Amino acid sequence: MNKFLAVMLCTTVISGMAGAAMAQDAATIGVSWNNFQEERWKTDEAAIKAVLDEAGATYISADAQSSAAKQLTDIESLIAQGADAIIILAQDSDAIGPAVSAAVAEGIPVIGYDRLIENPDAFYLTFDNKEVGRLQAQAVFDVQPTGNYVFIKGNSADPNADFLFAGQMEVLQAAIDSGDIVNVGEAYTDNWNPEVAQANMEQFLTANNNEVDAVVASNDGTAGGAIAALSAQGLAGSVPVSGQDGDHAALNRIALGTQTVSVWKDARELGKKAAEIALSLADGTALDAVEGATKFSDGPNGVEMNSFFIAPVPVTKDNLDVVIDAGWVNKDVVCQGVAAGSVAACN
Amino acid sequence: MADQHAVLSAAHPSQTAQNPLQRFFAATELDTRLLGMVGALIIIWVGFHVLSGGLFLTPRNLWNLSVQTASVAVMVTGMVLVIVTRHIDLSVGSILGVVGMVMGVMQTDILPNQLGLGLGNPWIWFLSLLGGIVVGVGIGALQGAIIAYLRVPAFIVTLGGYLVWRGAAWWVTAGRTVAPMDARFQLMGGGPAGSIGALWSWVVAVIACAAIILGLYWGRRQRLRFNFPLRPIWAEAALAAIGCGLTLAAVAVANAYPWPRRIAENYAEANGIPVPESGLFISHGIAIPVLMALAVGIVMTFIATRTRFGRYVFAMGGNPEAAELAGINTRWVTVKIFMIMGGLCAIAAAISSARLNAATNALGTLDELYVIAAAVIGGTSLAGGVGTVAGALLGALVMQSLQSGMVLMGLDSPLQSIVVGIVLVFAVWLDTLYRRNKH
Repeated sequence: MNKFLAVMLCTTVISGMAGAAMAQDAATIGVSWNNFQEERWKTDEAAIKAVLDEAGATYISADAQSSAAKQLTDIESLIAQGADAIIILAQDSDAIGPAVSAAVAEGIPVIGYDRLIENPDAFYLTFDNKEVGRLQAQAVFDVQPTGNYVFIKGNSADPNADFLFAGQMEVLQAAIDSGDIVNVGEAYTDNWNPEVAQANMEQFLTANNNEVDAVVASNDGTAGGAIAALSAQGLAGSVPVSGQDGDHAALNRIALGTQTVSVWKDARELGKKAAEIALSLADGTALDAVEGATKFSDGPNGVEMNSFFIAPVPVTKDNLDVVIDAGWVNKDVVCQGVAAGSVAACN
Repeated sequence: MADQHAVLSAAHPSQTAQNPLQRFFAATELDTRLLGMVGALIIIWVGFHVLSGGLFLTPRNLWNLSVQTASVAVMVTGMVLVIVTRHIDLSVGSILGVVGMVMGVMQTDILPNQLGLGLGNPWIWFLSLLGGIVVGVGIGALQGAIIAYLRVPAFIVTLGGYLVWRGAAWWVTAGRTVAPMDARFQLMGGGPAGSIGALWSWVVAVIACAAIILGLYWGRRQRLRFNFPLRPIWAEAALAAIGCGLTLAAVAVANAYPWPRRIAENYAEANGIPVPESGLFISHGIAIPVLMALAVGIVMTFIATRTRFGRYVFAMGGNPEAAELAGINTRWVTVKIFMIMGGLCAIAAAISSARLNAATNALGTLDELYVIAAAVIGGTSLAGGVGTVAGALLGALVMQSLQSGMVLMGLDSPLQSIVVGIVLVFAVWLDTLYRRNKH
């Protein structure tokens, strides 16, 4: 009996020690959010945490509350807390420079998360925004290959707005050159505000006497504004409209047939990949040795960086089940008000 | 000089004016400043009409313009009172955002699901609007109480509110967009269904006309009773003709904008109406949000000019110390002003969320600046004590005309902001010149 107890005690102590040793060994991953108020980052955080928990790594984070200055101190504090790798969602891709240099000087690898940090020492992980634009244009083009197109672009101060537009143009340029497609109006949307998109769309409809055959909107919010304007003219449903983000309201519109496509960037994929790459970088993997890494030099300054692009998914009426099966949205929400039998995913 | 003369002999000032135009203005007692604004508006409209290749002065665009102005127009009537009492409200856009979200959640979730009314219940739109107004008035009361009783400057309180209520709007649904809205609620946003049609528009026009004539008649009787100088009969007739003419013209324009072909055809099919060769012509008529804005404008004009509360507001704006010494409960009046502002934000929130058919986190972003700019362009003095609801409504129309017109011309948004900014400063400078020359 005593012997048994002694053995038990020994094992406990040893395993306890082993546990302690492992904890010291396990990585600490720091994440600097630019603004945690937006709904979607919660999804990303959950995905990152899930991977880190599984690997026994520690998660530490800071929220810069949309301040580029606070983000600098945030990152210094993450370094001080002993982060082995830092994931940064940059508020300002230029102003973040000194913080990235500081981390790299300490030998801490940096991942630019979702937004470009143009620094050769950082790893760039994002969705392919040009691809989003290409998918939006393609989905609309498939439905309406000729006629008058309106482009509802994003916020003029957001570089992504131009990436998206560039991608849209890649698909449509040939048809525009041949005269099949006419660009009858394009406008930036201040702050991606749907109300602004609605007013702009109303003016385009007025200017063209309702002769608008397709709308390429850059996200779901502005698509919602454009569709509200179309429906006041009885055109909703007959004019294809694109979007992105997989907003619940937009997915419902797709089921109802008033929106054609919402390009969905699965934030959980992005978060998962970021955590995996962070862990492997913390283990000492070189930036260019990360699995699947490609070279990227399309940034404004043409700096060559190691990067990984996650492919976005175009969600249309035919594959609505993708978002439902992924647990992104409830079937009830998507299918609210949809006539029975009209959409496969709602049956 | 003319005023003194008038008091002594009860003669109308028009009798002392020299040239015919001066005589006309003096006789009709029209506000020349307001007329100047109307003139500026006409110049802007004609300018855009020419520059956009004949697109601006069409029934369709003018109708759109009226609906696009409605939300800001509702809020600007309250902002006049706020600015007249030397305060400012920077939080109106954020209050609009949070109230829009609350109303959105009420009509899509709380009322139909949690309280079990079921989707499509005819009371939902009303209860949502009521709930929104209660929230808006409550927020206004809170801000007003902090300003009036804790003596924190309105600029700071509402700057805080600007942040707080925008954040609160996010919290209501954690940033998720709420859509679609209740079918009856959507009528407050305009569109073919949300307009009252040709017949009712004419009814409104006739009632408005009768009200103008009756108002002039009553005014004349009152002046006679208290032995005030009277307007010449021809001036009264001219006023009646101008007022009625403008009302009828506006309604004629609204009625000249037909339902879009497809909606008209669907409607005809659903109701078994034969469609003629040339297409079915169903008039939009006045849009419901525009009617709401006009009703708010009339009520607020009445409050500002015909009630004790309104006189207190202008007395406080002219000289706060004197008003307080005269026994006015200035603090309570301040709270009431901000309560009205909050309630108006709720009505504006109903209009803009119904129009968008969605409540989003960004609803009403930057509206505070448009509302303040509209009030100031409309002649409300930031020094306090001066301002009219009608002028502010015109200011809102000017602002929206500029924006819509520039989109029609194809100007991009950064350029639009530059133009609007310059116009704001220019308008206030002109106003300063006008006031200096008048005295």
